[in-house]
Amino acid sequence: MTTQLLLVQALNGLQLGVLLFLVAAGLTLVFGVMDFINLAHGVQYMLGAYLGAAFAAATGSFWLGLALALPAALAAGLLLEVLVFRHLYDRDHLSQVLATFGVILVLNEGVKVIWGAAPLQVPIPALLEGGIEIMPGLQYPIYRVAVLGAGIATAGLLWWLVERTRAGMLVRAGATNPAMVSALGVDVRRLFTMVFAFGAMLAGFAGVLAGPIFSVEPGMGDNVLILAFVVIVIGGIGSIRGAFVAALLVGLIDTLGKSLMPDLMRLFLDASAARQAGAALASMLVYVAMAAILAFRPAGLFPVRAG
Amino acid sequence: MAREAWLPLAVLLALGAAPFLGLGGSYETTLMARAMILGMAAVSLAFLVGGAGLASLGHAASLGIGAYAVAILDAHGVTDAARVLPAAIGAAALFSLVTGAISIRTSGVHFIMITLAFGQMAFFTASSLAAYGGDDGYTLYRRTEVWGARLLEDRLAFHFICLGALALTWGGCAMLLASRFGRVLRAARENAQRVEAVGLSPYPFRLLAYVIAGAIAGAAGFLLANATEFVSPATLSWQRSGELLFMVILGGVGRLWGAILGALVFVVLETWLAQQMQHWKLVFGPLLILAVLFLRGGLSGLVARRHG
Amino acid sequence: MADALLRLVDLRKHYGGLAVTDGVCLDVMPGEIHAVIGPNGAGKTTLIHEITGIVAPDSGRVVFAGRDITRLSLPRRVRAGLARTFQITSVVAGFTALDNVALAVQARGGSSFRFLRPASSERATNEAALAALAEVGLADRAAIPAGALSHGEKRALELAIALATKPRLLLLDEPLAGAGPEETERLIALLTRLKSTYTILLVEHDMQAVFALADRVSVLVYGRVIATGTVAEIRGDPAVRAAYLGEDEG
Repeated sequence: MTTQLLLVQALNGLQLGVLLFLVAAGLTLVFGVMDFINLAHGVQYMLGAYLGAAFAAATGSFWLGLALALPAALAAGLLLEVLVFRHLYDRDHLSQVLATFGVILVLNEGVKVIWGAAPLQVPIPALLEGGIEIMPGLQYPIYRVAVLGAGIATAGLLWWLVERTRAGMLVRAGATNPAMVSALGVDVRRLFTMVFAFGAMLAGFAGVLAGPIFSVEPGMGDNVLILAFVVIVIGGIGSIRGAFVAALLVGLIDTLGKSLMPDLMRLFLDASAARQAGAALASMLVYVAMAAILAFRPAGLFPVRAG
Repeated sequence: MAREAWLPLAVLLALGAAPFLGLGGSYETTLMARAMILGMAAVSLAFLVGGAGLASLGHAASLGIGAYAVAILDAHGVTDAARVLPAAIGAAALFSLVTGAISIRTSGVHFIMITLAFGQMAFFTASSLAAYGGDDGYTLYRRTEVWGARLLEDRLAFHFICLGALALTWGGCAMLLASRFGRVLRAARENAQRVEAVGLSPYPFRLLAYVIAGAIAGAAGFLLANATEFVSPATLSWQRSGELLFMVILGGVGRLWGAILGALVFVVLETWLAQQMQHWKLVFGPLLILAVLFLRGGLSGLVARRHG
Repeated sequence: MADALLRLVDLRKHYGGLAVTDGVCLDVMPGEIHAVIGPNGAGKTTLIHEITGIVAPDSGRVVFAGRDITRLSLPRRVRAGLARTFQITSVVAGFTALDNVALAVQARGGSSFRFLRPASSERATNEAALAALAEVGLADRAAIPAGALSHGEKRALELAIALATKPRLLLLDEPLAGAGPEETERLIALLTRLKSTYTILLVEHDMQAVFALADRVSVLVYGRVIATGTVAEIRGDPAVRAAYLGEDEG
């Protein structure tokens, strides 16, 4: 493994990290504020990717596609909230897990009905084609750099929203002490609907960005969802800062693990077995990290709720 | 309990009579075997969720480990139940012991998440077993033998073995919940502080319950591998864990036998819908959501209310 | 002087810069009912946590029946003979009153890792549980789910559970909190009956109850015991009047 390859993989890892952060941000806020566990958050990422792909194909422009997909993802999130999630806030976590599991089934199947089971390819927008030289003789795709930049910019914006605005203050207070916020006379339900729709849009945004990098296919949200859960549990439920740190950590562990593990395995196994075993072990790494972190810090790296 | 027990007994009797009432064909018995085996895993999960208050989202891992024990031993020429079944149960119990020792220190959502994480680890481990099919899975060309006899190949014999295992699981779990051990579990589910204040630490009780449930799921995995004659990582997927949880909720968390009902309804509905249309999940998903939203107390709750 | 049953030696606990228990020393003698009183924020809750093992003190020792139990968990302290009740009633709401007590009886007698026999059919356990219920006047409520009992009955049930562990010391954490006047009267009568049989450490807000029940009283203010003595001594102590009673009356 050369330094160059390592650098490229590290960049890929960070870029997966920021996508995970965009998905995890909504998840952790929803979870922190309303104590609502939403397995269907992953399909909102998938929905974003499909909407982006469909609008881009229809308009011929990635940018128009993005501009249309965001409000559409927001609307889809609102619709789901009104139809299903709203009725689950007072229920136990188990009921929430199962009902949102049902939403996953429907949407995964729904995109199959509309767009077919085969993966869609989304072309990279012309503006961001090609590569830039990040080291002498080493090209890295501009689009991926742009995704990284967009992700970090969104993280910054989110930080500003949560830390510096009144709505953000309420959301933070809600994550720490929900009873107090409703005692202040704030309509927690409305606050939550806002947070929820915003989170759905962020996940959709991540989906649109991911479209040209990964293939757009049914079920693409499932793995992202599980990783996002790992992120928020590691980061500390309800913590945006924790989600950001944990997302980058998980992105790096997953990506570097997948490129390094097979090589490591070749020390013990033959080439094809090493490839398969290495990939599987690499997939396990983030879960090992999560179990280890929870064993020592049961409330995650940046616990929000005291006690 | 005694007043409600007629229904699960009637269901078990009906399953026993079914092969002689025109449902003895290969298709029907395969379907029933699947329902009974998943029912067994669901009852063990109901024991955990409803009895001990441990909502695991990784229960399919134990099921899959039991199934993989059959495949792995088969690949090495070990095909006798006297060795395969203890291996399946032992491996699942050991996995539950190790992961449970860590998971049970957490609670609530963290417990759901950490059991999910361990389930995923088992899933990816299964995917990495290149020698046993990796992602593609492993086909069994013969079922496990019982002291040299090919008993499990016999359709009727296998049917009654599954039925017996299901009845045993139900009876055994009910017995455990009624015992001193179960009383501590039930009390700790409601109020762990209370249990500590009478001088008992809930931890070892919960861990043992977790291991017992894992062992039962391992036995179910043994039967599942033999029923389908195929084992793949999908058996351990988190979606499968979600389905098992759904069977428990559908049946009603408060009653063990609800899980039998839940599994039967789930398997029959899934199979029937899949025959009716290609995109059956579009109907199944909303049914699942509606069941969670409106069927509080589950199917067994409905029955109990009508007769209570 | 006889040996104390419970001896707290210089218990210190800091949260940040705040000393919540600041060198608490206290002896509970066998057979006595010893009350701890103090204004809000005096550190009573933390003191109880230290005695029962929910919070570990930064320094100091908890000695029970001659044995250092400072680092033992709550269940192990209970098994050593230190039973407690909670400020906010803690019972298993879904269990009957009898089963609540039977749980304590089975924890005390024989292993709870028994799997075959239905626990509710153990006659000896049920009889012992019923006896404990009778001791607090709940015998006729044995079959009622604990969640359906009145507040005062739940308080009494919690006492029965504690008694069923065959304690050497009862730690009662504000047993009268939330009780109406009639319930209070009944509970005081009950505690008066128990007084002759058990050693009790009573943490209580209700002054009249404390003065009616206690043999000795310790006054906790800002994490320190400022006085210990008989009811008459405490009533007459100028420091106590200044720090506590005056405040209470004003």
